[in-house]
Amino acid sequence: MQTFEKLMKLDRRWVYLLLIIVCVWSYIADFTVPILVEPEVRSIHSFIDSLPEGDIVMIAIDYDPNNLAELHPMTYAMVEHCWRNKVKTIFTSLSQNGPGMCDQALRDLTDSMALDREYNGVEYKGREIVNGIDYCFLGYKPYFAIVILGMGQDFRLPFPTDYYGTPLDSIPMMKGVINYGQCACVIDISGGNITDAWISYGQGRFGFPLALGLTGVMTAQYYPYLGSGQVFGIMGGLLGAAQYEELADNPGRAKDGMRVQLFAHMVIILFIVMGNVGYFASRRRLKQEGRA
Amino acid sequence: MEFTEFLWMTFGVFVTLCILSFLYKDNPFYKLAEHVVVGVSAGYFVIILWHNGLVPKLFSRLADGDWYYGFLNSSHVEYLIPAILGCIMWTRFSKDYAWLSRWPMAMYIGISAGLAIPLEMSNRVNKQLHAMMAEIDWANFVGHDGFNLLDVTSGLSQTIVMIGALAAIVYFFFSKEHKGAFGAIATLGIWVLMIGFGASFGFTVMARISLFTNRLQDTFRWGNVAFNTGNANYHAGFIVVFWGLILFVAGYAVYEIVTNLKRRSSTT
Repeated sequence: MQTFEKLMKLDRRWVYLLLIIVCVWSYIADFTVPILVEPEVRSIHSFIDSLPEGDIVMIAIDYDPNNLAELHPMTYAMVEHCWRNKVKTIFTSLSQNGPGMCDQALRDLTDSMALDREYNGVEYKGREIVNGIDYCFLGYKPYFAIVILGMGQDFRLPFPTDYYGTPLDSIPMMKGVINYGQCACVIDISGGNITDAWISYGQGRFGFPLALGLTGVMTAQYYPYLGSGQVFGIMGGLLGAAQYEELADNPGRAKDGMRVQLFAHMVIILFIVMGNVGYFASRRRLKQEGRA
Repeated sequence: MEFTEFLWMTFGVFVTLCILSFLYKDNPFYKLAEHVVVGVSAGYFVIILWHNGLVPKLFSRLADGDWYYGFLNSSHVEYLIPAILGCIMWTRFSKDYAWLSRWPMAMYIGISAGLAIPLEMSNRVNKQLHAMMAEIDWANFVGHDGFNLLDVTSGLSQTIVMIGALAAIVYFFFSKEHKGAFGAIATLGIWVLMIGFGASFGFTVMARISLFTNRLQDTFRWGNVAFNTGNANYHAGFIVVFWGLILFVAGYAVYEIVTNLKRRSSTT
């Protein structure tokens, strides 16, 4: 059997094995990967950076554990960025397993905020993040399109109480906050079609500035909304999260994962090239032998 | 780290290995992990729906805060209508009364369509068309802050989007044979589509590798706890790993033996 034909019939398990070895090696190896920041991520960071203290950003945690790997780093970097700049946040989860994701992020981030940190040369003193003063977690309600429309009228319509059962009117930071009109922007971090609803029923209906944090699979699909101005920023997959971490000078899991991404992509490209070379070479040989 | 948290981390690593074992071939460990994920997700969803949907939106309003007697003199009797419609959905399980379920379905689809059509048309069709046909920004043709190919709002990007969109539409126009100038535009359309699919494929690869990276990060974090002699959980961790490995290997060996025996008996 010719080498190229052998290549074509290579057992896929060898590919997996090599990929696993490369991923583990690049994860263990001690090196860093430079991150090129794209304008669509920079615009989100700049927007949050420009907000004065006390402004409110609404962050929709619309993803489940299966998208945690890509989207959790975005949430961590962005929420910490907001809180370090004393920007208040309203959270909601319109995905059924989202409340667990949000709850976990809130617990980790309140711990992290208690520590003194330095980001981009600026020292931030650790402070206690208080539920109801620094953030409000509205929780989950089914039928996301109806909930998004309802919140445009009054947050209290779909969410009379927050996730922990406190009436919204008794939450200090929600005093005078009626609907999206009191929020500087909405950032949807999503792993599904809830993003479509935020674009159509949210931004399209109420006109607030909208930015998206998306899984890699979804990203290419949403770039047209960036060109049309319907969204002012997009973070795509782990790379988008790594770019935000780079801008916020807060390296986390996304930047850590970029080393693996680099070498895994190289292996995949290598196999794609090998497969194509094998295919064309074996086809050429068959043609020469008059069998095809 | 508390020991219970360590045990959950260990279970996470075990389930990760079970799922990854599918790369070799289908096996009972993979099936176990798969069923655990599906079962936990379904159970969690039901509870979330109960506590965030049915209880606050229906039962509490019908009961007026009084679970025992509130139903009898509720001031929100109108909530009985969606409650009844919701119950009617269950008639799908009966051959004789399944037709009744069309009523709540019709209402649901009617409301959804009424809400969706104008907003979807406006925001996902009209605004996209407008963006595609917008006047080209000649002043910032190569980028707003100097030459920048990544600037999606530059005049160059607008031109590429417009030409690309038109070429891709031409490719799907089958009423005219793809020959001559028309064929050339259709060919350009294929290239545009392929570039689009390539971008999606690239992002998808990144997404899949991200998932694996996340499991690597968690596995190494677990390893640091389990194999760190300075950690309080070291001995417990060692025991869990040791017996876990033995059980894993023994279980898989038993599975292979039983499968082979079954295969042999079926062939003889």
